[in-house]
Amino acid sequence: MAGRSSRRRFLEATAALTGALTSCKRAAAPEEEGPRRIGKPLRAYGERSEFEKSLRALPTTKILEVGQSYTPLAEIYGIITPSALHYERLHSGVPTIDPDAHRLLIHGMVERPLIFTMDDLRRLPSVSRICFIECAGNSHLGYGAKDAPTVQLSHGLVSCSEWTGVSLSLLLSEAGVDPGAKWILAEGADAAKMQRSIPLEKAMDDIIVAYGQNGEALRPEQGYPLRLVIPGWEGNANVKWLRRLKVVDQPYRTRDEASKYTDSMPDGTAREFTFVMEAKSVVTFPSGGQKLAAPGFYEISGLAWSGRGRIDRVEVSTDGGTTWQAAGLSEPRLPMALTRFLLPWRWDGREAIVQSRATDETGYVQPSHEALVAVRGANYEYHNNGIRPWKVRADGSVTDVAG
Amino acid sequence: MWLVRSAVVAATCAALFAQSPKYGVGRTPTPEEIAATDISVLPDGTGLPEGHGTAADGREVYARRCARCHGPKGEGGDEPKQSPLVGGRGSLKTPKPLKTVGSYWPYAPTVWDYVNRAMPLDRPGTLTHNQVYSVVAFILSMNGIIEEHEVLDAKALARIKMPNRDGFVPDARPDVGKKR
Ligand code: HEC
Repeated sequence: MAGRSSRRRFLEATAALTGALTSCKRAAAPEEEGPRRIGKPLRAYGERSEFEKSLRALPTTKILEVGQSYTPLAEIYGIITPSALHYERLHSGVPTIDPDAHRLLIHGMVERPLIFTMDDLRRLPSVSRICFIECAGNSHLGYGAKDAPTVQLSHGLVSCSEWTGVSLSLLLSEAGVDPGAKWILAEGADAAKMQRSIPLEKAMDDIIVAYGQNGEALRPEQGYPLRLVIPGWEGNANVKWLRRLKVVDQPYRTRDEASKYTDSMPDGTAREFTFVMEAKSVVTFPSGGQKLAAPGFYEISGLAWSGRGRIDRVEVSTDGGTTWQAAGLSEPRLPMALTRFLLPWRWDGREAIVQSRATDETGYVQPSHEALVAVRGANYEYHNNGIRPWKVRADGSVTDVAG
Repeated sequence: MWLVRSAVVAATCAALFAQSPKYGVGRTPTPEEIAATDISVLPDGTGLPEGHGTAADGREVYARRCARCHGPKGEGGDEPKQSPLVGGRGSLKTPKPLKTVGSYWPYAPTVWDYVNRAMPLDRPGTLTHNQVYSVVAFILSMNGIIEEHEVLDAKALARIKMPNRDGFVPDARPDVGKKR
């Protein structure tokens, strides 16, 4: 209220001086302010405080129906991304889908093709699971020369929600998968009818056909009314606005698994079907664009995740990678979910290079950016899980290391 | 013939009652319901519909429906930058690979499938099958993959060997960041 009341005081002063506006201002001021003023009434659907301003970052491109918006990772507490701030990735805009008219078709190499309404799906046994979804292109600005000055732009294409829906394996079992089947083709009901091929083995394992996100229906931009959630796998395969699953014996090599989401290697070949998002972490405080007011106590904070399971360990360095300390890991520490790490830190006011390194339960250790480039070259666009350092300057400002 | 037809009728009747075996939920889709969405095309061309076109026919479709965003010669618009459709042959090993239909896409039927389902970006699904064959022929001919007067249909499209057909390798990770 500070801003409003000082503006009002300014207005009153102006009014008194000019003799204008006095009649409306004088009567309203005393009751409208102060601790005894009754607050706002009950409301049927809540909104955040008017003082909270966190926003997804939009791209600077002209066509906003194709592209991505970034989660403000440095402004998020804990591990759950508020649904309104979950990153977006669109290929042909957000469709408006009436859930009563929406259908999911399962066909192809099955004993009995089936078609489900949303009510049908909600009648079936449900599962809920907290897991991250990360765009394969997350951090790709950080690869090579182009850089992203904030953690929102460098890592904001990962978010974490509690997803609720039906096990895909249950639906496939009801349809009865033919023995020769090896893949499923999943297709969305967006204008581009986005489609991805997914190995049957994963489909029978832990994929969720989700209708719920953080306790309510999916957000439209997250696939309302129905989407795939594939724990640990690249975001693009988590087909949104899901309308069709075809059980097949080979991958379709669709545009989004051939032209895009494949990774160029130095010898000119490209890796395809690189589904798993490998262990990764990033320091969100202190991170690019922030400012430390003065030397003294701070808590270093960040997020770690792995598509192969639980995060076992996160180490933090404040001296450019010379020494590393184990950070504390907040509970819950769930497989294929964001994990919060914390480390108390006393900043001595001198320049510091701060970075984190995650190890997952398989023993895989997050590599340095240089180690990745050495093997995969500078044109390996997607699946960049390299370590990201930030530079805290003597004046307290935090920038990219190069910046 | 009537035998076949009555079998279809019987199947359709069964469909109305059929439900999933364990939970008794959902129903059997009609063949029309499946056909309405089953438009996906395999790399070998399975799923391509009837129709045909040449690059010469496609030139006009391209100029009216695609050039605005992809550039008159498929060189890509100023934005979004990543949508050039032509060029880049021989660039994949260089520090600046240019990935296009011509230089990167492994299968021609996939181009048909993508244009049919997703393009033009602002009005997807509005081209006729013949227009899709023609405009794909035009893109392939701008890339020097087919001749301007070659007629493309399902068979001809499936026969094309794209320059980067053998350019893809399986996921080799974890290749960096190995266990210690
Ligand atoms: C309004 C702008 C616009 C128009 C018109 C348009 N496109 Fe596109 N096209 C795009 C954008 C943007 C993308 C990238 C989409 C994405 O990444 O999801 C794209 C992607 C493509 C691709 C895939 C490129 C690749 O290498 O992955 C092809 C092929 C294509 N368009 C063909 C066409 C054809 C053929 C037409 C005309 C019938 C057309 N486009 C009309 C904007 C447009």
